[in-house]
Amino acid sequence: MAHLLIELFSEEIPARMQVRAREDLKTLVTNGLVEAGLTYAGAGAHSTPRRLTLAIEGLSAQSAATVEERKGPATTAPDAALEGFLRSTGLGRDQLEIRDDKKGQVYFAVIKKEGRPAAPIIAEVLEHTIRTFPWPKSMRWGSGNLRWVRPLHSILCLLTDEAGSEVVPLTVDGIASGNTTAGHRFLAPARFSVTSFDDYTAKLKRAFVMLDSAEREATIWQGAQNLAFAAGMEVVEDRALLAEVAGLVEHPVPLMGRIDAGFLGLPPEVLQTSMREHQKFFSARNPKTGRIEGFITVANTQPSDHGAVILKGNQKVLTARLSDARFFWENDLRVAKAGMGEWLDALDSVTFHNKLGSQKARIDRIAALAREIAPMVGADADTAEQAAKVAKADLRSAMVGEFPELQGLMGMYYAREAGLPEAVALAARDHYSPLGPTDAVPTEPVSVAVALADKIDTLTGFWAIDEKPTGSKDPFALRRAALGVIRLVLGNGVRVEAQEVLRGCFERRHSIEMLALSESIKARTIADLVAGRQTEAEVKLALESNEWVHQYDFMEASSAIPDSVDEGTLAAAEQIADSFVSHEGGKRWRWEVMPKLHDLLSFFHDRLKVFLKDQGIRPDVIEACLAMPNNDDLTLLVKRAEALASFLKTDDGTNLLQGAKRAANILAQAEAKDGVEYSFGADIKFAETDSERALFAALDAADAKIAPAMAGEDFAAAMTAMAALRAPIDAFFTDVQVNADSEILRRNRLNLLHRIRALCAGVADFSKLEG
Amino acid sequence: MADFSSAPRSFQEIILRLQSYWADKGCAILQPYDMEVGAGTFHPATTLRSLGTKAWAAAYVQPSRRPTDGRYGENPNRLQHYYQYQVIIKPSPPDMQELYLGSLAAIGIDASLHDIRFVEDDWESPTLGAWGLGWEVWCDGMEVSQFTYFQQVGGHDCRPVSGELTYGLERLAMYVLGAEHVMDMPFNAPDAPIALSYGDIFRQTEEEYSRHNFDGADTAQLLRHFEDAEAECQRLLDFPALDPKSGKTIIMAHPAYDQTIKASHLFNLLDARGVISVTERQAYIGRVRALAKKCADAFRLTEAGKDAEVVA
Repeated sequence: MAHLLIELFSEEIPARMQVRAREDLKTLVTNGLVEAGLTYAGAGAHSTPRRLTLAIEGLSAQSAATVEERKGPATTAPDAALEGFLRSTGLGRDQLEIRDDKKGQVYFAVIKKEGRPAAPIIAEVLEHTIRTFPWPKSMRWGSGNLRWVRPLHSILCLLTDEAGSEVVPLTVDGIASGNTTAGHRFLAPARFSVTSFDDYTAKLKRAFVMLDSAEREATIWQGAQNLAFAAGMEVVEDRALLAEVAGLVEHPVPLMGRIDAGFLGLPPEVLQTSMREHQKFFSARNPKTGRIEGFITVANTQPSDHGAVILKGNQKVLTARLSDARFFWENDLRVAKAGMGEWLDALDSVTFHNKLGSQKARIDRIAALAREIAPMVGADADTAEQAAKVAKADLRSAMVGEFPELQGLMGMYYAREAGLPEAVALAARDHYSPLGPTDAVPTEPVSVAVALADKIDTLTGFWAIDEKPTGSKDPFALRRAALGVIRLVLGNGVRVEAQEVLRGCFERRHSIEMLALSESIKARTIADLVAGRQTEAEVKLALESNEWVHQYDFMEASSAIPDSVDEGTLAAAEQIADSFVSHEGGKRWRWEVMPKLHDLLSFFHDRLKVFLKDQGIRPDVIEACLAMPNNDDLTLLVKRAEALASFLKTDDGTNLLQGAKRAANILAQAEAKDGVEYSFGADIKFAETDSERALFAALDAADAKIAPAMAGEDFAAAMTAMAALRAPIDAFFTDVQVNADSEILRRNRLNLLHRIRALCAGVADFSKLEG
Repeated sequence: MADFSSAPRSFQEIILRLQSYWADKGCAILQPYDMEVGAGTFHPATTLRSLGTKAWAAAYVQPSRRPTDGRYGENPNRLQHYYQYQVIIKPSPPDMQELYLGSLAAIGIDASLHDIRFVEDDWESPTLGAWGLGWEVWCDGMEVSQFTYFQQVGGHDCRPVSGELTYGLERLAMYVLGAEHVMDMPFNAPDAPIALSYGDIFRQTEEEYSRHNFDGADTAQLLRHFEDAEAECQRLLDFPALDPKSGKTIIMAHPAYDQTIKASHLFNLLDARGVISVTERQAYIGRVRALAKKCADAFRLTEAGKDAEVVA
């Protein structure tokens, strides 16, 4: 058994890429070794800013010898068949064996592969790994052609066994493998040789390199907490920052400083974000004041002055950064206190999407929609509209310009400064939520209204311009928006007919388009008539032949209408435009807009299926509920699906499902055979057996309970009532033969089965259910 | 080699030490390009010379202009006119990082006292059609240089790769000299008979140019000049390669590239005047990039820019 140590030593690897890279190194090398016939007991990968390291334990000294036997053509087969076989096996004719087979004599190839020593296999696998390494971004350097994340300087590749250690020789683009590495860039830059993984880690430690990133993280975190504790503060936890900082240092030394009192008036999120984004500082909070008052920076060196110079430098940079932040904050406050009008006006000149107009236009749409949605979520319509109008104002603030991740949050602070109601401020903060599948869903009614309006406007807008997600491409995060709508609706139990809301959005957009079309046709027609280029009849003809619609669509309407037009021409043009657009508008609505509306609804249903599947509800259960009316009321739909799912988990549920399916199958067969639908008139007077009569009674009883339960949307009660049918249905199928000789009895029984089918169909589409 | 053992005392001493250091390391010390540029990278000694296979090593100070950064000389850290120190070496030597750290030591940044870090920062110049990978170099949390391995310039793959260093001189010097406000920084030796601060030299010009950039510049004229530069660049490149007068092949890559530089600066001024909308911005950048690419294409056909014959 041998141990393998690999180190790829380079210039500084971006922190964010290190974890993935060391895992890739492990996977690619171990897979390569195993494919080549080696085995190993364990493997561990490490990374620092300057190295990727892989240690493999218990590696076999050589690959196992293999013997493969392959049956070839019969000895009597044509030469061509034999030649093909020889080619595919790489053997000569005299190397083949001839064996007896059922049908005569057949060629056999016995391909023996000798075991190979580990070293050449490792060399091949490592070179291939280096040359094909999946860096998210890689580069060339100097005159070479090799690609690596940053220039690669040395390859350590050492195979160790009882006899000692030996370099595995390989050369990649002029870099020859060896047994040496280097320590910390400044504290121990000399190269040194190693004999094993243990020797390597020990010598690195002496050379001021902590190889294990978990150890670096622990050292940073522990050190930061100690420093904060000594200053009477606590470190604000930030896992992502911790991982990033651990990827920036080989020898972490935390240092703590205080934030100048002059900056403590800034919102804590601003301090934290500025320090994290620009300087990778941790924030320290004073538990007495609740404010962020200190910072912790992590140096990558053991300074001779205990860090006084480093801390002073960092403090200075922080002061400059926070001066900028305070400058932004103070400027923003001026605009905010004045009501944010300056920002709102400026949003007019910010394009949201070139086919969907400016941010201002978008905000107006969202405000109208928020107003419409408000009563459905229990929000005040005026407040919801007001909130939507200002919720995105902070996009023009200097602070959000500097720190885009503070959007919404700054909106909240600025809305408060503007003296707006707290519900408006919270809506500014929360209307982007929920962003991920797990983050919190807003519950404040005004926030819910604006959050829904924001997402629905985005979805309907992009659907209208045919920019929906395809495959893995979803550049406008529309899947996330749809999931956001679903979570907002379900999380707040919102009752809304989604189709109506979506239709409203499409309608408004459509009528604006048609108005613009009408205006441009009018303008063009007037221009043509005045200039005498065309007669009225010619314009009409051209429009009907659809020849010019595209031109008319792109005309600048307002600028094109001449100042003095006689009333007759004006009226004629208006009449031409109106009649064309009313026809064209209807056509486009039917053939272009409505299909988009339905497509968007089914997109919602697809997202809902994914969402509910994650919650443990089977897709077929959702299908069975989707087939029911009012399926655009997502809260109702989910309530139904949840009740059905839990019903189907019970013994009664599964059995009833089978009974119902059996009834439906018998009916379907009979209906297909007889060419009629059995749907009415089961009469108890034709019932012959007790089981039959019992089923009549049970169905009557269930009907009496299910109808009011369904009316009250009490699906659980309806399901319980259905459960009572299980025994009578089972007994009916045991005792009664549906296809009786008597045609009267048969029809009556089929009509009785129909009652089961109809009753079930009132709850869900059982035919969609599996099992 | 100059004596780097004591700490530098003035802005110009830092520049002189860098010049001396890089001269000592074998770079040709060039002078600033005589045009208005946004950054040292625009100097043809970097942009054009990073193309082709010929080896190259140059270092120079480049006065740079960013009209939108004007603060009337009031902001301690922001200027519309400032200096960059630029080093470009092709092919990038294997010890480029060590060479760079040596230059920091030369200007008094002692690695045993400071925390020097290479933090991921991929460089991209949309106007030059150029990108590279590298870092911003931090000294005690402050960005003191940009370090880039050029991968593409003017749409051409860089083969071999150039290593580029850009030092923001004012910021670096303020740190080394311990100045709080750029205008207070000593420009020449503080004990010189006529001691001059940075502000003595540049406060007035910062005021004048800030007013010019934000309010004074005639936008209609700037727009016209932009169009002119664009047309002129194209016109120069459209000449047949053979010069009838000298009988030589002379492609006017550099004169055409001057027009690209001009267009780029005019765009920056227009941007500062606030007359370019968000959507137009991209279009203008695209137009400058198209010029840069054409100049790069042209330069690749010249003696200095073509690939060396491959000896079989």
